[in-house]
Amino acid sequence: MTVGLMHFLVVAAILFALGFYTVVTRKNAVGILMGVELILNAANLNFVAFSRYGDVANVTAGQVFPVFGIMIAAAEAAVGLAIVLAIFQNWGSIDTEKVTALRQ
Amino acid sequence: MHSDLNPTHFDYLWLIPLFPFIGALINGLIGKRMMAKFGPKANHSLAILMPALSFVVTAIAFVELIGLDEHHRVLYNYVFPFIHIGFFDADMAFWFDPLSATLTLIITFIGTLIHVYSIGYMHGDKSYWRFFTYLNLFMGSMLLLVLGDNFLVMFIGWEGVGLCSYLLISFWFTEKANAVAGMKAFVVNRVGDFAFVLGAAFLFWGMLGNYSGAPGTTDGFKLGSYQDVPISKLESVELDRQSRIGFAGERDYLPPTSVRFDVLRQRVAEDKHLWDEESPMAKTFWGIPLVALICILLFIGATGKSAQIPLYVWLPDAMAGPTPVSALIHAATMVTAGVYMVARLNFLFALSPIAMTVVACVGALTAFFAATIGLFQHDIKKVLAYSTVSQLGYMFIGVGVGAYWAGVLHLLTHAVFKACLFLGSGSVILGCHHEQDMRKMGGLKKYMPLTHWTYFFACIAITTAPFFLLSNGFFSKDEILWKAFDAQHLLVPGWSLWIVGFLGAACTSFYMWRSYYMTFTGEYRGGQDDHGHHDDHGDDDHGHHGGEPHESPRTMTWVLVALAALILPTAGLGFWPLIHIEPIFEHWMHPVAGASMDSLSWFSKSGTNFMGLHPHTWEYILAGSSVSIAMCGWLLARHLYKDAKNPMPEKLIAVAGEVVPKAPLASHVMGTRLLRLAGASFFFAGGVAAITGGSNLGIIVFVFGMLLTFILAIFGLGFCVEDNEGLGKAAIAVTLPLFPMFLFVLGMQYFRDYQTELGMIPIALGFVQLFRTLPRQDKAGWMRTVYQAIYNKYYIDELYDWMIVRPSHWIANFFSNIDKKIIDGLVHFFAFLGRLIAAIDGLIDALVVDGLILAFARGVAACGNRIRQTQTGQIQTYLLGAAAGALALIFFNFLLF
Amino acid sequence: MLMELTENILTTVPLSFHIFMALATFTVLGACGVAFSQNIVYSAFSLLATFAGMVGLFGFLSNDFLAIVQLMVYVGGILVVILFAVMLTNKISDIQSSNPSNNIIAGFTLMLMLLTVLVTSVFSYDWKTRDPGPYEPTAAKIGDAFLGPYLINFEIAGLMLLVALLAAVVVARKEVKFAEDNQAEDEG
Repeated sequence: MTVGLMHFLVVAAILFALGFYTVVTRKNAVGILMGVELILNAANLNFVAFSRYGDVANVTAGQVFPVFGIMIAAAEAAVGLAIVLAIFQNWGSIDTEKVTALRQ
Repeated sequence: MHSDLNPTHFDYLWLIPLFPFIGALINGLIGKRMMAKFGPKANHSLAILMPALSFVVTAIAFVELIGLDEHHRVLYNYVFPFIHIGFFDADMAFWFDPLSATLTLIITFIGTLIHVYSIGYMHGDKSYWRFFTYLNLFMGSMLLLVLGDNFLVMFIGWEGVGLCSYLLISFWFTEKANAVAGMKAFVVNRVGDFAFVLGAAFLFWGMLGNYSGAPGTTDGFKLGSYQDVPISKLESVELDRQSRIGFAGERDYLPPTSVRFDVLRQRVAEDKHLWDEESPMAKTFWGIPLVALICILLFIGATGKSAQIPLYVWLPDAMAGPTPVSALIHAATMVTAGVYMVARLNFLFALSPIAMTVVACVGALTAFFAATIGLFQHDIKKVLAYSTVSQLGYMFIGVGVGAYWAGVLHLLTHAVFKACLFLGSGSVILGCHHEQDMRKMGGLKKYMPLTHWTYFFACIAITTAPFFLLSNGFFSKDEILWKAFDAQHLLVPGWSLWIVGFLGAACTSFYMWRSYYMTFTGEYRGGQDDHGHHDDHGDDDHGHHGGEPHESPRTMTWVLVALAALILPTAGLGFWPLIHIEPIFEHWMHPVAGASMDSLSWFSKSGTNFMGLHPHTWEYILAGSSVSIAMCGWLLARHLYKDAKNPMPEKLIAVAGEVVPKAPLASHVMGTRLLRLAGASFFFAGGVAAITGGSNLGIIVFVFGMLLTFILAIFGLGFCVEDNEGLGKAAIAVTLPLFPMFLFVLGMQYFRDYQTELGMIPIALGFVQLFRTLPRQDKAGWMRTVYQAIYNKYYIDELYDWMIVRPSHWIANFFSNIDKKIIDGLVHFFAFLGRLIAAIDGLIDALVVDGLILAFARGVAACGNRIRQTQTGQIQTYLLGAAAGALALIFFNFLLF
Repeated sequence: MLMELTENILTTVPLSFHIFMALATFTVLGACGVAFSQNIVYSAFSLLATFAGMVGLFGFLSNDFLAIVQLMVYVGGILVVILFAVMLTNKISDIQSSNPSNNIIAGFTLMLMLLTVLVTSVFSYDWKTRDPGPYEPTAAKIGDAFLGPYLINFEIAGLMLLVALLAAVVVARKEVKFAEDNQAEDEG
């Protein structure tokens, strides 16, 4: 029983589903951001798995793209957390149910 | 003379139409803000600068053009490729030959002057910027029209000027009359434009627009269709064409057809073999020669744009627009587009005597007809409008008889003096506080001297009386009338055109001087009652609002002076041919129209010794009689209207102008008239059939005539039967025409050789019958009928209303009724069925299901309450929903497949 | 019996599979911690576990460069930032239930559905695979790719990072001017 493409895909799917669950259920804004990181990681894992096991012409592409993914994640984390901090400064809370200034 | 396929390139022609477009763009986009920020001065400075720049470029191009020798006198500017399909290669390219040079000079120069004039006239208007936007847009479109080197560019301009005309006629659109006038102009022009497009399409089609045969060889192009050519071959044709023509617009390759005017001319007029027996242009379409059909269709387009019979009705109404617009668009430039088009396509029209006859006859009829309507109008702008229609008719006589240069010369002189007249009338209208009724003017000579003098000279220019040497209109009109007199290629004798034009000249002289004397002499008649009542913009600062008329601001009077000063030099252009010295303008136009004029040699170059007199003698006699009839018109107008002393006009109007209530006609009188009309149509049909001797056209006319006779007779008999006493008369009225017709048919058996002459007999009888249908009246009654017919513009508007507008309303109503009665009925029926079922259902509902429904409703309400809570405003909830939806779709997908 | 089975597994199944399973379990457990922990700090450290697992998985996939990047950027960067955010936005007293959840039932159901769909898809599709080949370093290839065909993307990504950095600074700084305005308003 050797490790194949499908094992990684299943792991990525689990990560994605857990990330989705986190994003959907968390009240804490930082928690939501963690969920997003999970989703991004799931995607990266898929890229790399396909580049290694998949029958693809360009192996490098699958290795390069996760780097961009990580870049996006870094930028997203920086900006997202900055926003979270700014919200916290203004409202004193980062509970998404309490921050409702844009809600009619 | 050969057409020029290697013209001199002049790469700045595109600037000429571009400048006004830029002006329109800027004024249109930010004009309102400019006006708010920098005042109206910014708007008009820009709007005047742009046409002025166009004029400068035109002048440079003109100088360049003069420098070329006559056989290559054309400038060409290729801008960018537009449409290239098969042989339909229309480029955005400009063609500056003497004809378009003349037009462009007129448009840019007079246009610029009128822009300057508008400063004063439109002063204080709320939509000042909008006015100048439209005016600039118009200039650009008009320049596209005259500079375009193919039908497509011309058509863009053609439609553009139509649009601007519409926008400017209804410029003060808050008043319904103005908006309606604009719509009328637009709709009437659409009729003409449709014919124009149809003509252009026919031309392209007829000129081997469809082809088959070996690509690249013109010999192979015979009549065929695309279906015969395999696609691969079409591609190779296209490639071949591209490799030869290229996208740089090189003109060393002559395609078999094109929409470019020069290629058309080369093909149509100069490659005579195209006109051989098997040539497509020699074929007929529904029995009509294709060339004639094309030319007549194009001419119908011209009648729309240039306000000729039958499509002239919009122009008098177009006077609802501001006066500078009337001067620029509806007198000097746009309405001459039709004349320009015919002159541009002279090579085509020259090939079809039928088409030329149509053009000349319609021109002559319009010239006379519109002039008579002008006789009794009270509105000064209406007088000028009918005058414009009439003068355009003269231009069409010119281009119709083949004197293209004379027609264009009249276009030029008319642009000068009519612009001057219109602007003068605008000045008068402004001076009299927006009063247009000449009965409320008078004595303006002393209030507005400059306007008065310029109007005076412009009147001389148009009427030729009393000093014909100062009249530029005289020379061009005389040349046109002389060529018409001399024309021998038309289907009607030339002298008949001359007589109609001659009578028109008399009317012209009368109504122009009438307007002059009514406006400028005598005592001021306005002001005492409701001055300022007609003032459209009451809070403007035209200054004194007392009864006193005032001279207009200097921007306006100077323009008037400039235009009046132009009369003399333009008169010089036409003076020389009269005394048979070097005809400058004819030579100038020779590269454009010379080919068709020379090749057909319709004019009596050798000299027709008509009634034993030398042509030159004839020319002088005719010119002399034109001048004298104009003098008669002038003297009559002077006698009747000078200083408003003569009571005659008042009396005339008192007698002729009164409206007598009409007694209802007895049925049998009506019936008898209809029967007589039936007799007339019977005679006409028979006469035409006899004259044409059984040709297709004759048979068509005969059949339709007989149908008409039949219908009229049935109606007439019906009316007669209503009155018992009318029956006897009806019997006579029916049988009477049959008897001479029977004799005539008998006679025809024996005199077949004289059938044309014999055919005149029933036609004469038809006229007798026609006159018998008119009611019997005394002298005053006749006078009243004629006056009122003329005053009411021969009821043409009513006729159109009756013939076209109302039937279309009827048709609309008919379909609306179908919609209402039948379709709505069906719908109502089904609705009733639905209601019935619903009622039954409702009973079941109330009795059986209600409890269930109520429970369900409560459940739904409870759910709703819960669901309402999902509208949390939280993205997470929405994400949840979105994901749930997406997953539902996916599961649905699994279930299905 | 159990011993036999264990032995069986240990002998028939190759070592790589066990390593993979360990790494995958580690990663998934970490993710579960992120998803289900009531304590935000625990969540953050679970995330660390996930990232660490990911590093291993990348390594397992013969992608040394990415593993290092993952370690440096995620564990060394993003996770630290997240921890900072956690510390800055939560008081120590309510740290016990600092990461509350709502819509748990709906979320969990949906997660299971999603997982079903994804896993079904993974197993139902006939993936075209190839022999992975031996382990080899990838850093050079990726570097070549960045300075070759992906140069523009690389530059744009750099620019984007810069912009994000500036944006983060601008958003997160104290609103000094805002206070001044308030002051001005008060005075006005």
